[in-house]
Amino acid sequence: MPPIISRGFKGRRRDDAPPDRVPPGQYVTNDFPVLSAGPTPHTPLDQWDFAIVGEVDELHRWTWEELRALPSESVTVDIHCVTKWSKLDTAWEGVSIDTLLDGIETSAEYAVAFCDGGYTTNLPLEDLTGGKAWVSFGYGGEPLEPEHGGPARLLVPHLYFWKSAKWVRGLRLTTADEPGFWEQNGYHLYGDPWREQRYWGD
Amino acid sequence: MAGAAVLGRLTWRAADVVGVATETPRVKTIAFDVDGWPGHLPGQHVDVRLTAEDGYQAQRSYSIASAPDGARIELTVERLDDGEVSPYLTDELRPGDEIELRGPVGGYFVWEPSRGGPLLLVAGGSGVVPLMAMVRRRAALGSDVDTRLLFSSRAWDDVIYRDELEGLNGDGLRVHHALTRSQPPGWSGYARRVDAEMLAEVGPAPSERPQIYVCGPTPFVEAVAEALVELGHEPLRIKTERFGPTGG
Ligand SMILES: Cc1cc2nc3c(=O)[nH]c(=O)nc-3n(C[C@H](O)[C@H](O)[C@H](O)COP(=O)(O)OP(=O)(O)OC[C@H]3O[C@@H](n4cnc5c(N)ncnc54)[C@H](O)[C@@H]3O)c2cc1C
Repeated sequence: MPPIISRGFKGRRRDDAPPDRVPPGQYVTNDFPVLSAGPTPHTPLDQWDFAIVGEVDELHRWTWEELRALPSESVTVDIHCVTKWSKLDTAWEGVSIDTLLDGIETSAEYAVAFCDGGYTTNLPLEDLTGGKAWVSFGYGGEPLEPEHGGPARLLVPHLYFWKSAKWVRGLRLTTADEPGFWEQNGYHLYGDPWREQRYWGD
Repeated sequence: MAGAAVLGRLTWRAADVVGVATETPRVKTIAFDVDGWPGHLPGQHVDVRLTAEDGYQAQRSYSIASAPDGARIELTVERLDDGEVSPYLTDELRPGDEIELRGPVGGYFVWEPSRGGPLLLVAGGSGVVPLMAMVRRRAALGSDVDTRLLFSSRAWDDVIYRDELEGLNGDGLRVHHALTRSQPPGWSGYARRVDAEMLAEVGPAPSERPQIYVCGPTPFVEAVAEALVELGHEPLRIKTERFGPTGG
């Protein structure tokens, strides 16, 4: 079906928004909207840890202090939320997933990120490696606020932002792709914003 | 979740405007007949797409306000003065116009009377929209599930669905209003923002294990969800949907 023209609709173009950085159906915002399915959890840092479990030789676990002692990276990336907003040039600090997986043997091809609050999201392992994903704890030069996923969230900017799971506590490596929380509730299994993979069947 | 296979691809559908009603000075309800509409669950939303003459497009999400009713759906839209899409929907659309939408979307923030209760619905402003679909569905099926709706608005004239809610009050549904900015003379309802004390008074108590749905602007949802957890409600029973943006 060709799109229906909305009589009199002009829209508000953003001349400042470079088209090669804004995926189809998205608009640029300077706000930082929030999408969560429930209350914001508050886990004290002395009870926090990050674990890699599942298809691994042994359990790997970092306390907050151990994680913060790992080499961290500053990254500036564009993020794209499935609710249509994109935010350009967001500045994060975090530990690369490559650093966490370094030396871990696995036959897994997928991962499920698990979080405080019970949320999960699934990703192919190759989308988490190769400098494409981080466990992030800093945003805009400040500690990441709880509302936005602090103390730490996954950061996987090349996929829709629900894949950047807030309040992340670990990765479970799996051999099969297991739909996570939003993915069981109508959202796309993979979520590439450039192919507009918002919902089931996209 | 069950339904994955039957839902299939969400295609863009032509939606004919069949009615426009004024709810408050800033809010309108637009009724559509949607070609091939597959039906929906109360709480789900649609994506609306507008296209300009030159092909420029804008998409936004809107909750479905109406209970399931064949090919008919209603959206209730608050006009944001500097908004790209909402002023077009509230000011320009007339019966006979056609726009595109796809859906229904979302399998989490939904409730059907068969899921039982008790039910606590907490709305801030236009956040009442998906909760109204639940309340309407409940009434349409003659359900008597214990339901409390706590609805925060700025002033009495800003209360969306005001008369309809007055009419539905009763039969196990109790509607409580909080007016945060101004109150009519003789107002006996709440005259402040929603807080833990108010939520405790409205109930149900955590021991009754209510299913809770909270919807509104992000700071409202954050504050209410936080207060509910503080009162002892289980976080996993608190479902939230955030409409609005936030600073920071
Ligand atoms: C799942 C979902 C369901 C929704 N359901 C409804 C609904 O039933 N009814 C409804 O009216 N809206 C609903 N919204 C919000 C809607 O999608 C749009 O965000 C809203 O209409 C603003 O779009 P706009 O193009 O007019 O404004 P934009 O051009 O996007 O924004 C203009 C300005 O308004 C600010 N702004 C954006 N949204 C809001 C807001 N909600 N409150 C205050 N300021 C805002 C922006 O930061 C910006 O400064 C829903 C959103 C989601 C994610």
